[in-house]
Amino acid sequence: MPSAQPPDRPAPPLLLLKEITKQFPGVVANDRVTVEVRAGEVHALLGENGAGKTTLVKVLYGIHQPDGGEILLRGKPVRIRAPRDALHLGVGMVPQHFLLVRRHTVAENICLGLSGTRALFPSRQVERRIRELGDRYGLGVDPRAPVWSLSISEQQRVEILKALLRGAEILILDEPTSVLTPQEAQGLFAVMRRMTEEGHAVIFITHKLDEVLAVADRITVLRKGRVVDTLPARAADKRTLARMMVGRDVEFRPARAPTAPQGEALRVEDLWAQNDRGLPALRGVSFTVQRGEIVGVAGVAGNGQREQVEVITGLRRATRGRVWVLGQDVTNGNARAVLEAGVAHIPEERLRAGIVGAMSVAENLVLRRYRYAPFSRGPLLNPSAIAGFAQRMIAAYSIATPSPRLPARALSGGNIQRLILARELSGEPALVVAAHPTSGLDISATEQIHMLLLRRREEGAGILLVSEDLDEVLTLSDRIVVMFGGEVMGIVPAAEADRERIGLLMTGQRP
Amino acid sequence: MRLGPLVFERRSAPPWSWTLVVSLVAVAIALAMAGVIFWSHGVSPLRAYGVIFSGTLFNARALPEIVRNAIPLLLAGVGLVLAFRALFWNIGAEGQILLGATAATWVALFSPIPDRVKLPAMFIAGFIGGAVWGVIPALLKLRFAVNEVISTLMMNYIALYLVSGLVHGPWKGPEMRGFAFTNAFPDTARIPMIADTRIHWPTLLLGLALAAGVAYLLARTRAGFEIRVQGENPEAARYAGIDPLRTTLLVMVIAGGAAGLAGVGEVGGIHHRLLDPTQISLGFGYAAIIVAWLARGSPLAAIGTALFLGLIFASGDVMRVALQMPARVTDVFNGLILFCLIGSERALYWRVRWAPGRAGPVPTRAEAVASETPGGDQ
Repeated sequence: MPSAQPPDRPAPPLLLLKEITKQFPGVVANDRVTVEVRAGEVHALLGENGAGKTTLVKVLYGIHQPDGGEILLRGKPVRIRAPRDALHLGVGMVPQHFLLVRRHTVAENICLGLSGTRALFPSRQVERRIRELGDRYGLGVDPRAPVWSLSISEQQRVEILKALLRGAEILILDEPTSVLTPQEAQGLFAVMRRMTEEGHAVIFITHKLDEVLAVADRITVLRKGRVVDTLPARAADKRTLARMMVGRDVEFRPARAPTAPQGEALRVEDLWAQNDRGLPALRGVSFTVQRGEIVGVAGVAGNGQREQVEVITGLRRATRGRVWVLGQDVTNGNARAVLEAGVAHIPEERLRAGIVGAMSVAENLVLRRYRYAPFSRGPLLNPSAIAGFAQRMIAAYSIATPSPRLPARALSGGNIQRLILARELSGEPALVVAAHPTSGLDISATEQIHMLLLRRREEGAGILLVSEDLDEVLTLSDRIVVMFGGEVMGIVPAAEADRERIGLLMTGQRP
Repeated sequence: MRLGPLVFERRSAPPWSWTLVVSLVAVAIALAMAGVIFWSHGVSPLRAYGVIFSGTLFNARALPEIVRNAIPLLLAGVGLVLAFRALFWNIGAEGQILLGATAATWVALFSPIPDRVKLPAMFIAGFIGGAVWGVIPALLKLRFAVNEVISTLMMNYIALYLVSGLVHGPWKGPEMRGFAFTNAFPDTARIPMIADTRIHWPTLLLGLALAAGVAYLLARTRAGFEIRVQGENPEAARYAGIDPLRTTLLVMVIAGGAAGLAGVGEVGGIHHRLLDPTQISLGFGYAAIIVAWLARGSPLAAIGTALFLGLIFASGDVMRVALQMPARVTDVFNGLILFCLIGSERALYWRVRWAPGRAGPVPTRAEAVASETPGGDQ
C-alpha cells in the first residue's frame, strides 16, 4: 500500500471517496462519485430520494462493497468490508432507524459490542464517559434511563453517543431530522457544530434545503447517482440547490387561485378526546373548514393534532363535542361512515396505515372503495374495473411502478404517497384530511402533492392540513389553526400570519 | 454477509420457487432428525425409510390410506389457511373436529331426522358444531381481547372431555358390552366408500370443493379482500372501514365448520360410531396446522400438503406393523417437521448468491467491476 506522502503537497483531506461506483441489478446507484470530506466540517450530501446518498454512505460504512473506486482515509487507501472495519477506522454512523434494545438502559445499549470494557457490570464503567461526552457535546441523556422511556430525539442522542464512544472521527447522520420536530432539529444542529469544533467531521444526509443552509459548511449535490457539484454553503441559496437537485426550476410558492366560499365542509364544536394512554388530548377544540379553503393546523408534535385527525376520521372516540361533515353529524361514527360522508384521509403513517404492503398497487388503489360500484358487483370484486382504474390512476398521478400487480411495499416513499393521494382525491371528496402529507418526501414529490391539494381546493373541497412543517402550513393555508396542549390557541388568516406570531402561539403564549 | 464464496443478501418477498426449496430442505432435515429416533430403536434409518416408502407410496393397497388420512387434514387444513390469512391463530381445529363428530353422531343416533336426508343433515350439523366451537374464541378475542391461541387450545380440551364424557355416560351404547362407544350408526348414516378402500368420497369431494371455494373467496370476493387486508395490515383495515368482528367471524365459521366436516367424515365414514376422542381424530387438528403452514397461505396448495401429511400418517401404520415402533411416532414426525418449518422461516428472506474470488488483496478497479457485475443473482 502506498503510504508516504510527498512532502511538498498539502495535507490530504480526512476522507476522500474517489470515483465510487456501485451497481444494483438494473440501476447504477453511484456512478464515479467523488466526495472529499475535511476535518472539522459539516459536509452535507444533498439529493432527491434515489439520488444515491444512502448507497454512498453504506459503501463508506462497509455495508455495501463498491464495484469500483477507492476510499482514502488521510490519503491512505483503505478497505472497509464491514461496519466493524469502519468503526475501527473511526467512521461511525447514526442510522435512520435506530438499533437500540428498548428494555435496556442507555449505558447498557452503549456497552453492547464495545471493546475494552470490564466483563462484569461494564455499564457502570461507561456511565461516567457518557456523562462526560454528553456535557461536552450537549448530548445530555441519563445513562441509567431505559431506552423505552426516551423520546425519539433522545434515542438519537444515544446513537450518536454510541458512535462517539467507539472513537468515531467521521460521523455519518442519515436523514437525522426526518424524525425530529423543528425544535429538536435545532438542538441536533448545535450538537453537530460542537462536534466539528472538536475536530470531527460530520456527513449530513438530507433532502431539506433549509437545514443544509442552516448547518452545513460544504454541500455535495447528487442527482441520479452522480455528483452535480460540491460548493461551500456560503455560496449557495435555496433556488440554486433545488435546481441542482431536481434538474429544473422548482416552484416553492405554488400559485393560488382565489376561491369563493361555497359552504361549510367541516365543523368541529367543543371536541374533547383522550390519547392512547387515557389522558386528555383534546380539550374543547372548535373550528370550521369552508369548501374551497385550506385550513392548516400548526403545532409542535403531540399537542393533540393526531387525536384530532383520528376523531374527525372516525378512528377515535370523542368524549365530548360534535363533528359535522357537510352538515351531517358524523360524531363517533366509524371510519366507514365518515368515508361515506365524503371525507378523504391521507394518514400520518403512510406505511403503517395507508397501504397494505403485501397487496398489489391496484388493490391498494381501491383499498377504501372496493365495496362500491364499479369495483364490486354484489359480493364479488370486479377485477377488470379495478385493473382499469389502476391504469388510469397510475397515469394520472404519475405513480412510478412497472406493473399495477407489484406489491405496494416495493414502491418508493414518494410513489406510495402518490398512490394514497390518487386513491383519496380521485373520489372527488368534499373534505380532505391530510396529515403530514409530505413528511419524508423529496422536493419533486412534495411539489406535486402541494399542486394536487391546491387543485382539489380550487375544485371546491375543504382541506384540513396538519403538518409539522411550518413553511408548508404557511404556504398552502388560507387560515391557520394553532394548537397547544389540546387547545386551539388562535385561528389566524394566512394573510396576517407570520412565523414569529405562529411560533409564539405554538408554545402556548397568547400575544 | 459472506461465507466463503457465498454471499447472503436480504430480500422482502421470496419467489415461490425459493419457498419450495426452503420447505423441502426443512422437511428433509426433519426426516434426518427422525432418523435418529429409528436408530435409537435399533432400526437403520435407511432401512426404515425404505420400508415406509415401499409400504405406502409403492404399494397399491396402501396408497388409498394416504388419501384416507388426507381427507380430514385437507378439510381442517384449508380452514386453517383461511384463519391464518386473517391473522387468527386458530390452534383449535382438533376440538372443532370433535364437535363436528359429536353433532353428526347426534343426528345419526338420536335425532328424528328421516333416513333419506340423514347424511346431508349430518354434514350440516357437523359444520354448525365446528363453527360454533370456532366462533366462541373469535368473539372472546374481539369483545374481551382474549388471546386466541390460548382460548382455541383450551377449547380443544373442553371438546375432548365432552366427547369422553358422552361415550362413557349418557351416549354409551347398550350394544357395546361395556366399551366406551356409542351404538353403531345405522346404514343410512354411513358415508359411502370407494370399494376396497377407506376413502369416503363425499367427504373428499367436500374437501376439494372447499379448497377451490376458499381460493375463490380470497381472490375474487369482497369478503376475501377484507380478510386479506385484515390479515396483512389490521391498522389499514381499520382505516379502510373494515369491521374486524365481521371478518373474523366469517373466517372462523368457515374454518371451524370445515374442521367439523372432517369430524363428520371420521365418525360417519371410518368408525361409524362416536368413540374415545383420541381415536376419532389421531391429532388431525394439530397436523392440519402443518398442512396450512406448508401451504403458505394458498388453499389450493393445501391439497398437496394434506396428501404429504397423509403420507406421514399412513407411514405411522407401516412403522407400527413392519418395524414394531409405537404408533405415536407419527406425532414425533409431525413435531419435528413443524419445528424445522418454523425454524426455516427466516431463510425465506435471504438469498444466496455465488460470488467467489472477493477475498484476498484489494482488487484493482477493473477486477472489482469484473467480479461484481450483476448477473448470476437469484
